[in-house]
Amino acid sequence: MNSAANPPHLVRTGALAAALKVLQRDLRLAVRRPSQLLQPLAFFAVVSLLFPLGYTPELDKLRAIAPGVLWVGALLASMLALDSLFREDAADGTLEQFLICGQPLVGLVAAKTLAHWLLTGLPLTLMAPLLGIALGVPVAAMPGILSSLALGSVTLSLIGAVGAGLTLGVRRGGVLLSLLTLPLAVPVLVFGARATELAIAGESLTGPLYLLAALAVLGATLAPLAAAAAVRIGVE
Amino acid sequence: MNWTWFHKFGSPPHIYRIAGTLAPWFGWPAGLLIVAALYAGLVLAPPDYQQGDGFRIIYVHAPSAWLSVMIYGVMASAAAIGLIWRMKVAHAAAASCAGIGAWFTVVSLITGMLWGKPMWGTYWVWDPRLTAQLVLLFLYLGYMGLRSGIDDLARSDRASAVLAIVGVINIPIIRYSVEWWNSIHQAPSVMKMDRPSMPMDMLAPLLMMLLGFTLYFAAVMLVRLRAEILRRERSASWIKEALQ
Repeated sequence: MNSAANPPHLVRTGALAAALKVLQRDLRLAVRRPSQLLQPLAFFAVVSLLFPLGYTPELDKLRAIAPGVLWVGALLASMLALDSLFREDAADGTLEQFLICGQPLVGLVAAKTLAHWLLTGLPLTLMAPLLGIALGVPVAAMPGILSSLALGSVTLSLIGAVGAGLTLGVRRGGVLLSLLTLPLAVPVLVFGARATELAIAGESLTGPLYLLAALAVLGATLAPLAAAAAVRIGVE
Repeated sequence: MNWTWFHKFGSPPHIYRIAGTLAPWFGWPAGLLIVAALYAGLVLAPPDYQQGDGFRIIYVHAPSAWLSVMIYGVMASAAAIGLIWRMKVAHAAAASCAGIGAWFTVVSLITGMLWGKPMWGTYWVWDPRLTAQLVLLFLYLGYMGLRSGIDDLARSDRASAVLAIVGVINIPIIRYSVEWWNSIHQAPSVMKMDRPSMPMDMLAPLLMMLLGFTLYFAAVMLVRLRAEILRRERSASWIKEALQ
């Protein structure tokens, strides 16, 4: 009787294991479609390189606006990749399977968010020093830029996951997604650009870094709950 | 404990009736207070010793800025009630708040710009308060965009409720981050807004105006709520009786 309710060939999966499986799946899908991985990076590079062309090629002037250029570029590139976070999975029914599989949705959504960060936030962070050099940023500032972007992009992915979940039911939700998430990203932009500015000036950037870390912790605590609620609403 | 009073709040016909009864009770005092406060503020209050008569725009600017933030709070509370207790009327109330809040934000931005021209010499300064108001306007626009972007009413209600709650958590963070950002970037502004003590004859009209605007918001919200309920319940049978 017990075996009928719980057949032996079904292995019970823990919540963490299920989340890891989702993470693995998303990473594997991305590796098989590298263009999706490369597009935000190319976008980031093009946006950053438009500034020397549109503003001035003088490195001294570019260095002054480099924090803003790098952060706005990373923000927009991260946003660009958000649209695909849930949309395809909603279209092919994967999200419905998430809802009925009995695993906590929060964990699965958090895993997808982590995958988004690993696939966009982290590569964007790693590419930023390269673009920084093109904008006249001294090499000594690179550790500061790397650490602030790494922390800040975590929060961007978390905020973005909420927005992507909310716009699931919207046809052509791309523009709306930006309108929803960009105002919420203001604190990250403020602290991130400030950290980068301090790094370029060669000063200590622990203050804004702590604030970025605090935002990331707050986001990691609350955003998956909101994103899971949003996905549930969007799929039901 | 008897919970019927609570359940009645979930019933559209009941709320429709109550809102109709209450709206004039908020509307008339609001009108009288605003007219009285305008007279007291524009005529009776003495001119400021630094800004002359230019400061008088505060009687519109400050109350509308205060309301723009308060309405977001009311909207998010209504949305949370709707989300938690699945109360359709609460969602309708949240929906009817958004437009009013956005307009108050616009009014506070425009009056702030008009005030800035004589005081700062330019219409726009990246003052932390103006900037935070601008971000608030985008939050309202996003909320209304999401609401109109989803066709299914129940889904649109719940998705926008989640957004309102996320927004209300973020508003204080955004305000503080913007203030911090500005204190680094910009020299102290010419005008000092936080006077330690405002004389009573200047403060009283401001408080009257604040109360008047709040009552005005309540009245307009109730009228809009009735319209929203009519729109949502247009196929219900009680509508015919109510409209006869």
